[in-house]
Amino acid sequence: MQIIISHNSKEPIYEQIVNQIKRNILAGTLAPGFALPSMRKMAKDLDVSVITTKRAFEELEKLNMIYSIVGKGSFVAEQSIEMMKERKKKMIEEQLTQAIVNSKELGISLEDVQELVALLYEEEV
Amino acid sequence: MDTVIELSNVTKTFKDFKINNVSFQIKKGFVTGFVGANGAGKSTVIKLIMNLLQPDSGEIRIFGLDYKTHEKEIKEHIAFVYDDHVFYENLTLNNMKKIIAPLYTNWDEELFKHYVIKFQLPLTKKLKTFSKGMLMKSSLAIALSHHAKLIIMDEPTAGLDPIFRREFLAILHELVEDEEKTIFFSTHITSDLEHIADYIVFLHDGKIQFVDELLTIDENFTLVKGSLDLLDRDIEKEFISLHKTELGFEGLAKDKKHIMSLFGNLAMYESASLEDIMFYTKKRSDTFATID
Repeated sequence: MQIIISHNSKEPIYEQIVNQIKRNILAGTLAPGFALPSMRKMAKDLDVSVITTKRAFEELEKLNMIYSIVGKGSFVAEQSIEMMKERKKKMIEEQLTQAIVNSKELGISLEDVQELVALLYEEEV
Repeated sequence: MDTVIELSNVTKTFKDFKINNVSFQIKKGFVTGFVGANGAGKSTVIKLIMNLLQPDSGEIRIFGLDYKTHEKEIKEHIAFVYDDHVFYENLTLNNMKKIIAPLYTNWDEELFKHYVIKFQLPLTKKLKTFSKGMLMKSSLAIALSHHAKLIIMDEPTAGLDPIFRREFLAILHELVEDEEKTIFFSTHITSDLEHIADYIVFLHDGKIQFVDELLTIDENFTLVKGSLDLLDRDIEKEFISLHKTELGFEGLAKDKKHIMSLFGNLAMYESASLEDIMFYTKKRSDTFATID
């Protein structure tokens, strides 16, 4: 797992950590059950305070993305990932539906919408 | 035992200065930065914590123990590093160690050797040939070699170059990786704290201004900038203090949400550094001193 944080970003450091771990989990790079480095180790490696990584871990726990066992460490949660993916998929469906409704209103063809989606998909990181 | 240092209503009066009813707690396993301007009383508070001075009133407990009954026990577990090095400059580091090591029952010769190698310290050169950074590393090596649970440092980075300061912070990161060690150090180089400090104790003019998580401080304090026509008497009270010029104002507020609800997007908001907080707090007390 790689985490790159910026000390000059407007985004608080703990949020940067949360988002990067979250992205890794959702992308499946971090498999369920994966043992995260301890928050103290992570604080040392990232050159941030322990409280910062502690806060990040607490956020991830709240999101049910990881769970912690006292004395053992923190692990990527099992079920929640599937659930979260489902939730995300549902959100994508809703957003696409909305886009399709709008397209139909303007009389844009399916091909044109597909083309637009393809274009945006390539552009967006 | 989660509280390592506990001060309750500690007061100590000098001829022209007073440590005034100071209370705070230091949590185990974290790094606490002790900040305040020169002359705020940081060194005095540290001396009180080290029992080099005794309070006129109030209570100090270290590891839950009182110096009156458990001085030896407490000192066994504290590593104390301060910028006036008490080394005899004609001795070598090796000789210095031989004097100090027997004072501690937990002295760990292997650990000392580990730090000497790690810090690249020459054991057989006289200490007067050491640079300031090397002396600090020597102090650290000795202080860390008796398995102290609490590391107290008074201005450990003062007068040291940026490279050493980084190395020093990396050492602190390593120390707190195990949850048992607590670090409390004073500094007025507040940038040292941004990467390492979990908590901040802010002393101003002998009094505690606040004790809080550095994260919370970052979230709550904000620098506000805007044009003068945004200000009036009432609104000015929302600031710790303000700096006004013909071209606009800049001020420090300690409740970001509240101040943003007042100004909306008419003002500019920037994150406040500890240095900003120290500056505006000083400015506030200067202003009130003039009014008095």
